[in-house]
Amino acid sequence: MTTDAFPALSLVPKAEALQTAKDFKSDQEVRWCPGCGDYAILSTVQSFLPDLGLKRENIVFVSGIGCSSRFPYYLDTFGLHSIHGRAPAIATGLATSRPDLSVWVITGDGDALSIGGNHLIHALRRNVNLKILLFNNRIYGLTKGQYSPTSERGKITKSSPQGSLDYSFNPVSLALGAEATFVARTIDSDRKHLTEVLTAAAGHEGTALVEIYQNCNIFNDNAWEPLKDTDTRDDLMMRLVHGEPIRFGKEQEKGVMRKADGHLEVVEVAKVGLDNIISHDAHAKDPGLAFALSRLSNPRTLENTPIGVFRDITRPSYDRLMREQIAEVTESQGSGDLQTLLFGNDTWAVS
Amino acid sequence: MSKQVVQLNRVVIRFAGDSGDGMQLTGDRFTSETAGMGNDLSTLPDFPAEIRAPAGTLPGVSAFQLHFADHDIMTPGDSPNVLVAMNPAALKANLHDVPRGADIIVNTDEFTKRNLVKVGYETNPIEDGSLDQFKVHPIALTSMTVEALKEFEISKKEAERAKNMFALGLLCWLYHRPTEGTVEFLKAKFGKNPEIMKANLRAFEAGWSYGETTEEFSVQYEINPAPMKAGTYRNMSGNLALAYGLIAASKLSGLNLFLGSYPITPASDILHELSRHKRFGVMTFQAEDEIAGVGAAIGASYGGALGVTTTSGPGVALKSEAIGLAVSLELPLLVVDVQRGGPSTGLPTKTEQSDLLQAMFGRNGEAPVPIVAPQSPSDCFFAAIEAARIAITYRTPVFLLSDGYLANGSEPWCVPDVSLLAKIDPNFATELNHEAADGTMEFWPYLRDPETLARPWAIPGTAGLEHRIGGIEKADGAGTISYDADNHDKMVRLRQAKVDAIARTIPELVVDDPDGDARVLIMGWGSTYGPIGAACRLVRAEGKSVAQIHLRHVNPFPSNLETILKSYDRVILPEMNLGQLSMLLRAKYLVDIIGYNQVRGMPFKSDELATVINDVLESM
Repeated sequence: MTTDAFPALSLVPKAEALQTAKDFKSDQEVRWCPGCGDYAILSTVQSFLPDLGLKRENIVFVSGIGCSSRFPYYLDTFGLHSIHGRAPAIATGLATSRPDLSVWVITGDGDALSIGGNHLIHALRRNVNLKILLFNNRIYGLTKGQYSPTSERGKITKSSPQGSLDYSFNPVSLALGAEATFVARTIDSDRKHLTEVLTAAAGHEGTALVEIYQNCNIFNDNAWEPLKDTDTRDDLMMRLVHGEPIRFGKEQEKGVMRKADGHLEVVEVAKVGLDNIISHDAHAKDPGLAFALSRLSNPRTLENTPIGVFRDITRPSYDRLMREQIAEVTESQGSGDLQTLLFGNDTWAVS
Repeated sequence: MSKQVVQLNRVVIRFAGDSGDGMQLTGDRFTSETAGMGNDLSTLPDFPAEIRAPAGTLPGVSAFQLHFADHDIMTPGDSPNVLVAMNPAALKANLHDVPRGADIIVNTDEFTKRNLVKVGYETNPIEDGSLDQFKVHPIALTSMTVEALKEFEISKKEAERAKNMFALGLLCWLYHRPTEGTVEFLKAKFGKNPEIMKANLRAFEAGWSYGETTEEFSVQYEINPAPMKAGTYRNMSGNLALAYGLIAASKLSGLNLFLGSYPITPASDILHELSRHKRFGVMTFQAEDEIAGVGAAIGASYGGALGVTTTSGPGVALKSEAIGLAVSLELPLLVVDVQRGGPSTGLPTKTEQSDLLQAMFGRNGEAPVPIVAPQSPSDCFFAAIEAARIAITYRTPVFLLSDGYLANGSEPWCVPDVSLLAKIDPNFATELNHEAADGTMEFWPYLRDPETLARPWAIPGTAGLEHRIGGIEKADGAGTISYDADNHDKMVRLRQAKVDAIARTIPELVVDDPDGDARVLIMGWGSTYGPIGAACRLVRAEGKSVAQIHLRHVNPFPSNLETILKSYDRVILPEMNLGQLSMLLRAKYLVDIIGYNQVRGMPFKSDELATVINDVLESM
């Protein structure tokens, strides 16, 4: 793959030599729990980054707090491990002021959706040139097992011995409601799909939100197991591909149909006919279809769970707009002269 | 009719009216004309937090005080010689500050039964003799303005709104102010609405002519220009000076200026101003909240920009964790706190110095942050550059503690020659800096400069210097994660030592003691410089001796501070808080500071501080 495949990265300097995954491994010992889903994601990201063909020193990973937020330490790029929930804000300042960088945010369901919820939604609506990887394991891991904003209601945890009362967020629905221009979902253990989604995100100008279903084998083991188990996954999970009919099931026997009242429903293809199965349109200007798809899944049983790119539309990024505004003003007014500025228009002389 | 002209050496005028009466604009215009006359001046806007409180009520009164003189002055004046009261509320709210014998110009049209009752006047003070000790000038400002504008095709309401220009015209006549500037100003301001523009010009002229013809004023006053050092001057307010100082720091360091900010009174004007200067490459980011403002600034600093966040006390509280991150990351960051009355929402439009301890200690862990405090509106320019110098040189967040009085007050400023301003070297790291055990070179992000203890600032895009840093404790030198007990103890001490080392580059304090025999020292920090200095003059004019020092660097302290404090019998420290700097000095130097503290939302008055000094002198 050549870097020309990523017009959104056109301002980031290209590597002169071919890179390998090894080039992106730092010398730090990885300290996640054995069996953590983060290992798979790290390995995939390290293998994927050479595809971008960017200079390593022009890639920055910014994270908040939580297990996932240790991610930057393990990549031999620039890395900034910040404070809880604030990574999107910090990355916004960095990406806005440095168009020559590829900036990635690593966050989790607690970091992004609880303490950092405000920064997440505002980064999404601004469309800052950030790629946000949200590791969703439906639990607080680093603080040892409290329910998170994506935990199912009724979940028994250390802080909810009688069951959590919180209704959960659907991160994809939330992002679409926050005016996101790119929203996708993938799974830690599906290396191929994860790579495809990361590739699409990297090529997107503006903020890309990638929700990654990730397993915490210590505090919430097998949370996504039905989507990974070869016996069940094909019945539960639909893979969204732009332009193709939305079908799933072991025999592709199920599909998504739009009912007369406008809402989407999972139907048997044989009963309604293939013509009535809708095709996925990730580039639709209106987020309605993407949102309706995001609502199909059952958060408890994981039935009808779409993965893939829900939405990928074109809207100028915040940092590009800021650069253009500065350039326009400088073009029309000339670049600023400090002495002239200080004098202003209303001076008097004392001799 | 030719009138008697009387020379004065100084005048304090206070314009007071309803929030919608345009008193701030009137004051600004009079100030501009006065600046152009070459008088020294100092201003104090005082307005409510409500944009438009109910008309005619006490909470809705907005005032602007201007002190101008034929000599150098240090404060906006303790009490007005002239009060312009546009309605009964303005009279009632300000009368207690007006000394006996002062002039009071009242707009009689507004002294209706209804308006009087609104503020609790049972009888009309203009008529009931209660103002006999003042020189009251009852003038029908509104109806004369409406009469003067009857030929214009504007509504009565629009005509009435021009009454502030009538008042301005009158005051300009009374004090021999030029009018060209205001004429130009009105032409520009109402350029899109020629009828309103002409009406305001006519009201302004009518006010002037009224002064010339009326028998109400038999005397016109002149105040000669003040002797000032040669140079080109302009009027300068604190927030404007601060914004310009940030742009200057950007130029002097060659770093792009990135402001991450959330609107908050009284700091928002800095955001407004900087957003107008994109041609200087200034990036302004209006964040979703205070935390995002500082977060984005930290991100920009990480990328090699001059990251700045501007706020007031409540915003600092929200930013605290992020400022601690900047302490740990050891990245340059400017945190501008334009202090206001607290706690909580407090008094948003009033001044106070009560965030000092928050700036010093308001973070978890041992997280020292240098503090710079400007001492006058125009000094905000130089203080901003100094704060940037410290931040960039020492890779540290720096607090710039302005306040509401400095922010909105103004004074003449001798515009500096920018070619004489010292450059700031960001000194980015570009090379590997440490030899590993196997002889290969590597990059250690926390290998310190032995002189400044600053760490290398290696920005993304620098080949070979890829590294990872964060808020977790780092190993001394290598910068990798370290939970080692001895290392943490060392790092905490190193961060403190780095901030302490800044004192080596801070100028020593110079004591102002003209007589050389003072036994009492009065000191302050930040915006109290003017009132304290003016108080010293009053005391010295009585033939007594008092010494003065003023801190621009509040953390670390200048290196000779302890010696100075210990060489006086008494040390007085006025603060607009309950004794925050006093507490720091007592703790650090075991010096028995005599605090003088008030939190009234207004700057100290110089005669009040003179009394404090005299009381101490008499007690010895």
